[in-house]
Order: sequence, then structure tokens, then C-alpha cells
Amino acid sequence: MIEFSLHKTLHTAEGEMQLNVSAKIESGKFVSLYGASGSGKTSLLRMLAGFMKPENGYIKVNDAVWFDRAKKINTEPQHRKIGFVFQDYALFPNMNVRENISFALKKNESKEIVDELLELSGLSNLANRKIQALSGGQQQRVALARAIVKKPSVLLLDEPLSAVDSGMRAQLQGTLAEMHKRFGLTTILVSHNSDEIVKLSDTVFHLENGKFQQQAAPATFFLNAFTPGTLTGTIVAIEDNGNAVVLIDDRMIRIDPSIKRLKINDKVEIICDPGTVSILDHRDC
Amino acid sequence: MIKFDPIWLTLKLAFGTTLILFIVAVPLANWLSGKRNIFKTVIEAIVSMPLVLPPTVIGFYLLLAFSPANGFGKWLEQWLNLRLVFSFSGLLIASVIYSLPFMVHPIRSGLSSLPPSLKEAAYSLGKTKWQTLLKVLLPNIKPSMLTAIVLSFAHTVGEFGVVLMIGGNMPGKTRTASIAIYDEVETFNYYNANVYAGILLVLSFITLLILYSFNRKTQQQGFY
Repeated sequence: MIEFSLHKTLHTAEGEMQLNVSAKIESGKFVSLYGASGSGKTSLLRMLAGFMKPENGYIKVNDAVWFDRAKKINTEPQHRKIGFVFQDYALFPNMNVRENISFALKKNESKEIVDELLELSGLSNLANRKIQALSGGQQQRVALARAIVKKPSVLLLDEPLSAVDSGMRAQLQGTLAEMHKRFGLTTILVSHNSDEIVKLSDTVFHLENGKFQQQAAPATFFLNAFTPGTLTGTIVAIEDNGNAVVLIDDRMIRIDPSIKRLKINDKVEIICDPGTVSILDHRDC
Repeated sequence: MIKFDPIWLTLKLAFGTTLILFIVAVPLANWLSGKRNIFKTVIEAIVSMPLVLPPTVIGFYLLLAFSPANGFGKWLEQWLNLRLVFSFSGLLIASVIYSLPFMVHPIRSGLSSLPPSLKEAAYSLGKTKWQTLLKVLLPNIKPSMLTAIVLSFAHTVGEFGVVLMIGGNMPGKTRTASIAIYDEVETFNYYNANVYAGILLVLSFITLLILYSFNRKTQQQGFY
């Protein structure tokens, strides 16, 4: 269980902003932080990691207190048992792939996990490559494997997939989901991408102006984000079971239409009802 | 007959100074490259003083400080039985102070040019500040370190004012090549001056050549 209540004054491009957040996250869950740029997502992640000091509050992870202003506790990042994947990956250019991943392990620790991670991330045949010789997607895999090698209590991901193209993104999402499950991690992901959040996470926290506006299951959250009765879209596919796939702006949803004579390219108006509408992945269409 | 001990003395001084400077400057540069505060700004200004002060001024103050007639020099002599004026050790300490910015600045700017996430990544993997510096930060600023080493070495080889003020002109003890050249010219011994000067010229050229060819190589490898 991760529990935190944090306060800090942030200096953003739009001026000062008060970050005031508290939440409880169960162990083993995959949680996403969603919100506009400058809403405080990355700052929250950095405070959890110990890279940024909150002005007030506490952070408890399982039975350990990582931060408590009142008790003057502020555990260093080195002792927090975190895995952190940076937006720029932050791989060590002086080391090859294997060295980057095994860097966290002590000399006498077993290196078995390194081979396992290399295998899982599809990096086995690149183990001796220099970081500079890897593609963006491959670098991302190394960063993820490196963050997991010490089996952290919390895996923190700061928009790790923002710099790779959509095909690679889908693959990496798969790897991420698999790692999360296999190692029983508690994961917190910062993301702008609704597809990604729906696909990966159990819960989404919507952060706006430094506060949690909403905490919900991702599918419900993003469906509710549509205003009922005002959706106009185009039918792009009719499936064998009669369901229609509708393109609304840049997002697709699948509906079970009451009118059965719909054709591709028909314009439709939809009343949104979370019970019957589900979001599709872009690449499926 | 020309004597080569000024050359050996110069090399001994330059190697000694560079080695001590490297050991001192790495932690100092690392500390300076972190978050800024007033105290750091003051220290940085002090470190940079030799860049703007005439060497004779630094030499003069060090001479006063090391002199057994004054407080610090007296203390050194009484407690450690060490006399720094007109000695090689005094010369070494003076050189270290005089060349300090040449070692600190390149290493510092190299460290500042690395993305902060590199350091944070190492911390998140449980590495101490010291381990991070040695295994992650320094290996990624090799060109900066080489620049610092070569500049400090070359600067020490070319030292004149400070050496003269602190060490004087004692053959085999404090008479370095640059002093010897001056001395030979004073006595119209142009041949000897020419030999010393020629050796320094070639030495300087070779050090810079090594620096630039190494930097070209690392740039091709795509290091930071």
C-alpha cells in the first residue's frame, strides 16, 4: 500500500501553483496520472522518488515512511526502493545494454535477473551494444528493464512512451503490462495518452491545477469525458456481430446500434452510456 | 655544457601539480556543479582568481604566507618542520593554487552539461553520490577531463612569475625551464635558451595534439 498526502508550491510557466494531493494506492495496482501539461504530474512523481522535497505531508510505502515533514523524515532516493523511467531514458552512455541493466546490482548479487529481463524485453541479442547504437524503442526497453532489476516497491514512469512512434508504442505497452504483472509491481505512470491509460491501468487520477479532480476506472473516466448527446461521428467499420465502429474526432468507439441498416461512412449521433460503449484501440482499425 | 635538470624539474613540477590538482578538483568541481548558493559563488570566485590576477601578485602573497617570519610560515616550521619558501614543495603548492581554475572549470562545465536525469537515475538505482560520480558522471565527460588535465599541465610548464616569487632561481631545486630561459638570455647564452625554448615548444605542441586527436575520436563515438 502506498499512501501519501503532499503539498508543495510549484513555479510553473503560468505562475505559482499549489500542488495538494493525497491518495492511497493498493500494492500490485497500475495507476495512471492524467492531466494537462503543468498540472503537477511530473512533480508528484519526483516527490515520490525523492528527487524533489515536498513542503508538507507524508509518504508511506508498505510499512516504511519515506517522507514525513512533522517527524523530519526524508529518505534519500537511494534508499526508497524505487524504479524510475525518465522521459529522456537517462541511460548511461559509457555502458552497454547489459551493463546499464546490471549497474544497480551489487557485486555478489545474482545476475540471473539481468538475463531474464534481457529476454523479456527482446534485448538478448543487443546485450553488448552501446546505448548510442540503439533505436528509441530499444532504449526505452533498456530503461524499463534497468528500473525493474532491483524489484522496486514502486515503479515510477514519467511519460516513457511519448517519444516513440505509435506502432512501437503499442509493443512497448505490451511489454510494460507484462513486466508489471510478472514482477508484481506497483506502478505509477504519467501519461497524456488516453488509449495507453485505458489499456494499462486499473485506476486513473485526473490531476488539474495541482489537485486530484477525479479518481476512476479509466474506461469510465474517458467515456464520461464525452458530453452525452453531443457526439457526432462517422461509421468506419461494421463488424460481423452487427456492432459498428464509430470515429469521433480522433478517437474510436464500438457501439451496438439499435438501427441495423447502418453503412460505412454514415454520419451518426450517439448518446453516450458507459454501460454499452467501449473504447477501441486505434490500431485495431 | 647544457644542463637538462631545468627540463626534468619542469616535468616533475607539471606532473606533480596535475596529479594533485586532479584529485582536489574533481570533488570541488562536482560540488560547484550542483545547486547554486551564495557560499558556492564566493568559492567559485576565489577559485577563478588566478585567471585574472598577475602571477606576481599571487606569488607575492604566497611568499608572505610561507615566510617563516609570518604566522602561517612560522607555524609550518615549528610544528611540521616545513619551510615552503625557496623549496620544491612550496613551488608545488603555489602551482596547484595558480592552476586550479584550469583544472576545475572544464570538469565543472563538463558535469553541468550532463542531463540531471543521469545522476538521478543512478541514485534511483541505489548508488551513492560518490559511486555515481566515479562510475556514471566522470566516464561521460572524458573529453572535459582530458582538456582539464592538459591545460593544467601546459599552464604549469609555462609558469614563470609565481615560480620566481616563491622558488627563486635555485639550480636543481626551483630553477624550472622557463626561469632557465630567462636566466640564459640575461647572460647572453642564446644557444642554451634556444634549446630550452625549443623543448618547451615541442612539448606543448605534442600535448595539444594528443588532446585534439583524442577529442576528435570521442566525438566520433558520440559521447556527451
